[in-house]
Amino acid sequence: MTTDLAPTGSAPVRDERDIVQARAVVRTLTAQLKFSLVEQTKMITAASELARNTVVYGGGGEMRWEIVSDGVRRGLRLHFDDKGPGIPDVEQALVDGWTTGNGLGMGLSGTRRLVNEFEIRTQVGEGTCVSITRWK
Amino acid sequence: MERIPILRMGKHLLVTIQIDMQDQTAMRLQEDLANMIEKTSAHGVLIDVSALEMVDSFIGRMLVSISDIGRILGATTVVVGIRPAVAITLVELGLSLGGVKTALNVERGMAVLDAAQGSQP
Amino acid sequence: MRPENQRLADLLRDEHDALLRGWTAEYHHYAEGRGLTQNLLADQQAILRGLEAGVRADGDANNFGAAPWNALRDTLAQLSRNRAAQGETADVTSGFTLALKRPIFDALQRQTSGLQGQIDVIWATSAIVDRMAQWTVSAYQKTREEIIVRQQHELLELSTPVIKLWDGVLAVPVIGTLDSSRAQMVMETLLERLVETGSEVAIIDITGVPTVDTLVAQHLMKTVTAIRLMGAESIISGIRPQIAQTIVHLGIDLQGIITKSTLADALATAMRMTGHTVSRDAG
Repeated sequence: MTTDLAPTGSAPVRDERDIVQARAVVRTLTAQLKFSLVEQTKMITAASELARNTVVYGGGGEMRWEIVSDGVRRGLRLHFDDKGPGIPDVEQALVDGWTTGNGLGMGLSGTRRLVNEFEIRTQVGEGTCVSITRWK
Repeated sequence: MERIPILRMGKHLLVTIQIDMQDQTAMRLQEDLANMIEKTSAHGVLIDVSALEMVDSFIGRMLVSISDIGRILGATTVVVGIRPAVAITLVELGLSLGGVKTALNVERGMAVLDAAQGSQP
Repeated sequence: MRPENQRLADLLRDEHDALLRGWTAEYHHYAEGRGLTQNLLADQQAILRGLEAGVRADGDANNFGAAPWNALRDTLAQLSRNRAAQGETADVTSGFTLALKRPIFDALQRQTSGLQGQIDVIWATSAIVDRMAQWTVSAYQKTREEIIVRQQHELLELSTPVIKLWDGVLAVPVIGTLDSSRAQMVMETLLERLVETGSEVAIIDITGVPTVDTLVAQHLMKTVTAIRLMGAESIISGIRPQIAQTIVHLGIDLQGIITKSTLADALATAMRMTGHTVSRDAG
């Protein structure tokens, strides 16, 4: 894409193709914000992980983005929303994953290390929203 | 569905991943490689990821699987061309791709495969 | 529109020039020569415009984040950024904003009005100029922080030079505590150079690292893993006896990473690993 994306927007994350599309959107946004190469890669990878979780564990949902500012610096905030089963034990989810050696699991702890801010809001039976932010 | 081509070079198989793959495509590649290794009795598999701007946990696990499956079928796998930004991200994610041989580029990768072949009966 | 806002709006319009003069005088008096005067008039006019617009939109000082004050906030933030970047001190920058109060009060005194009306408009003016000053200061602080972070980054870059010791062998002498930002810097610069030079071995010398605890060990592990992913080998050198003892004591598992106590040993090992033989001429 050569045109700039709007400062806020959303994209569906329902199937595999949407995961690839989500990566492309984040690539465009981080390039727009002139993140360094390493910062771009980290954010795109984090988005890929969370988009996959939304598809695989959340039954599909959407990714919303917003370009944020705290007055002086700019950043990118992404929200991954689903109306899936929710996460019963968030603490556990944040500890498990690849760090315990098994290749499965949601890998949230790893994803958290790729971003500056990480927030999960989840309710069993209602859904999950994971929000991540990277500042420039 | 997109399919990654596998090239044959003597006793080695060569794969160059140049697209942003869907998960299915990665799984298909894993299957295709396993079949090809068996069919050609390949000694080595070289996977060139130098065009990838991102390697996430799914692709990372695929690479580990291919390496493990290859080993069982008697082939050495080497992944070449991981970009610095990708390496840093993988490490931060906690993925060390243990057990997977790596090399800087195709030339070095081929040297690794030849050395491995030389030490095989 | 509230009556005090109406009065203030009219005053800002009618007494525009007098306000500018009074403001400049008050500012110079406060700053005692420490103030930046470039573009002073343009800055003042922009602020007055933003203030008048906010007041005419019936803005409330208690709600400084709301829409009526958007333009004013932007102008003040911009001004703070510029002044912070040019090295003006925080008190002078906020003093510049506060210096607007006096000329407004002077102008109010020149007008005749009922006591209550005067009190209301003075109160409203004071409240809004105070908020402006607070906003100026916080924007200033953020800019200073940004500058400091950037300088730290540059310092970090300078303190982690990557040296090509030999064909295929790179070395990074790490000086100072190996925290996460330095580890990031080492990784980024080292990996880039690995690609550029096509090197096979990277020596990380930690002679200059005062302490090695589990956290530092983790950073080293991450760096070594990243190097391995790029197809190169790592050697950690400069491990002093005390550090070796600490590592064993803490039960840190170096997972087969090659370690040497001196850079010389590390280089010798690296040469062998890259297929070089070093010999000394007889006689």
